[in-house]
Amino acid sequence: MWKINTSKTVKIFSLITFLFLYIPIIIIILYSFNKSRIGINWSGFTLNWYRILIHDDNLIHAAINSLVIASISSLIAVVFGSFAGIALHKYKIPFFSYLIYIPIVVPEIVVGLSLLLFFILINFTLGYASVVLAHIAFSISFVTLTVISRMDDYDDSVISAARDLGAGPVKAFFLILIPSLLPGIIAGGLMAFTLSIDDFIITFFSAGAGTTTLPLFIYSMIKVGVTPEINAISSIIIIFTLIMAYFVSKLSPTMFE
Amino acid sequence: MNILEIKNVSKIYNDNLILDNISLNILKGEFFTLLGPSGCGKTTLLRMIAGFTTPDSGKIFLEGKDITNLQPEERPLHTIFQTYALFPHMTVFGNIAFPLKMAKWSKEKIKIQVEELLDDVKLTKYKNRFPSELSGGQKQRVAIARSLVNRPKLLLLDEPLSALDARLREHMHMELVKLQEETGVTFVYVTHDQSEALALSSRMAVLNLGIIEQLDHPVIVYSKPKTYFVADFLGKCNILKAKIIDILDNSIVLFVGNLIEIEINVEEPNIYKKGQVGWYAIRPEKIKLRRIKNDDTMSTESDNDKYINSGTVVSYFYYGHSTLYEILLKNNAKIQVMLFNNKSEDLKFFKDNSEVYIAFNPNSGNFIEEI
Repeated sequence: MWKINTSKTVKIFSLITFLFLYIPIIIIILYSFNKSRIGINWSGFTLNWYRILIHDDNLIHAAINSLVIASISSLIAVVFGSFAGIALHKYKIPFFSYLIYIPIVVPEIVVGLSLLLFFILINFTLGYASVVLAHIAFSISFVTLTVISRMDDYDDSVISAARDLGAGPVKAFFLILIPSLLPGIIAGGLMAFTLSIDDFIITFFSAGAGTTTLPLFIYSMIKVGVTPEINAISSIIIIFTLIMAYFVSKLSPTMFE
Repeated sequence: MNILEIKNVSKIYNDNLILDNISLNILKGEFFTLLGPSGCGKTTLLRMIAGFTTPDSGKIFLEGKDITNLQPEERPLHTIFQTYALFPHMTVFGNIAFPLKMAKWSKEKIKIQVEELLDDVKLTKYKNRFPSELSGGQKQRVAIARSLVNRPKLLLLDEPLSALDARLREHMHMELVKLQEETGVTFVYVTHDQSEALALSSRMAVLNLGIIEQLDHPVIVYSKPKTYFVADFLGKCNILKAKIIDILDNSIVLFVGNLIEIEINVEEPNIYKKGQVGWYAIRPEKIKLRRIKNDDTMSTESDNDKYINSGTVVSYFYYGHSTLYEILLKNNAKIQVMLFNNKSEDLKFFKDNSEVYIAFNPNSGNFIEEI
């Protein structure tokens, strides 16, 4: 008879999973402090690569582009996504509830390519605006889904109570529904923001020649070879994303319960 | 004086008749209960009074004013929801202040009024807490305070205690009755819990399948159920087939369960017909058990008692304050008898299979017509 110690097995497997996930990330962060310019030999600690980054105008420009695009697209996605989420919960439109998953499920390359074809078809000049539109398009799904899941746990009688206690439909919406959904809305927005900052494939197809975001810039740098500067940018992005992820988890639906 | 008049209200939902031509009046200052099983239409009726749904036909008047088509926020009445429906992003103070803000009260007046109510429901300490930081009973009190803060003409309560545990529920019963008496606000209370309805109401309506089966004081509804449904739904009841065999000046004579003849007093004997069939309903606690036929020790009103020769104890259930016996009669009908354990020798039960005699006053039960 074999006896499997379940809790031990589970622990070992989760340890392996975490190592697999995080060792590459830890290596990248470590090597961003490596003095040696080439190779994998550790030749001492330095902040030099970070110093170089700060003075790289092209990189700063790309980073600002990314932040602006992410801010605009996630803000617009939050507005549309929240309304869509509330409507889909309230009216239970069967077909649209599935459609909202499509941008998440369909491979990014397909989304990117179809957006490119679409922009060409309507004669839309590729550039800043087209990237923002493309990011809004995939972000809306994520916001909508977080809002729907929040609405599904929502006690509809709270809205009835607001009406009952003297608030008209508009006041009930803006004073009660939206504020009490806020944790879900912000979580969806932060998710949209992070996805926008990270996105490469869709941006690659929808950005014109002049528009460079951070992921596009890093990709163009890699063509020359993996340099310690890339390790340094990646480390910054990782830390940034971790902070965002922390806030999203803090804002998860249980905040008010 | 009527505060609320419901006139010939009907509602159809997905081809189901939820309310079937309901008319009822609610008196100013009373504690009125709508009692019925789930799906009887009581919640629909309440939502209609609150303005969340409109009747397909019929009208609703509040103090003589037609409110049938007013929006919920336009009606001077409030609802307490089953889930309390507190605003999760507002503090206790913010929740209670909300109706006053909507009514555009000044900040200072709101503060004074809310503080007073917080004191009334003993929540002053908790005024800066969020609903998620409160216990069930506290949430309940916030919901009540929020609904009473701008003195509504009518308070609708939709099974407000069903989420609380039994002890707290009993405590809240007393609180609610006290609150209703102190504020003088008319309460319309919806519940499926019959003991709640009996304990709280000044009048109650029993609803079933969209119609009112009986509307009266709790005592009358309990002791003289008008329909089979009411007798069966409200508490335990022995409902025996009966036939009218004679009609006298102030009474009718029934032949009950193919076993005995009894005479019961009725107000209008003329409304009945000889040969009419129906049921005789009598509560288990109105029946007494005897070990021997002439044992008078257990009854002080034996003169009026009728005896069924005998039966056998099939089973008994001990509830502490009382014991419920199931007795199998000669005609194979089972009846239930409830004896209160209010004597020192209560530990002596009538055991299974023992032969017993049954005694009851015919007038403690009543005749129900078959419709």
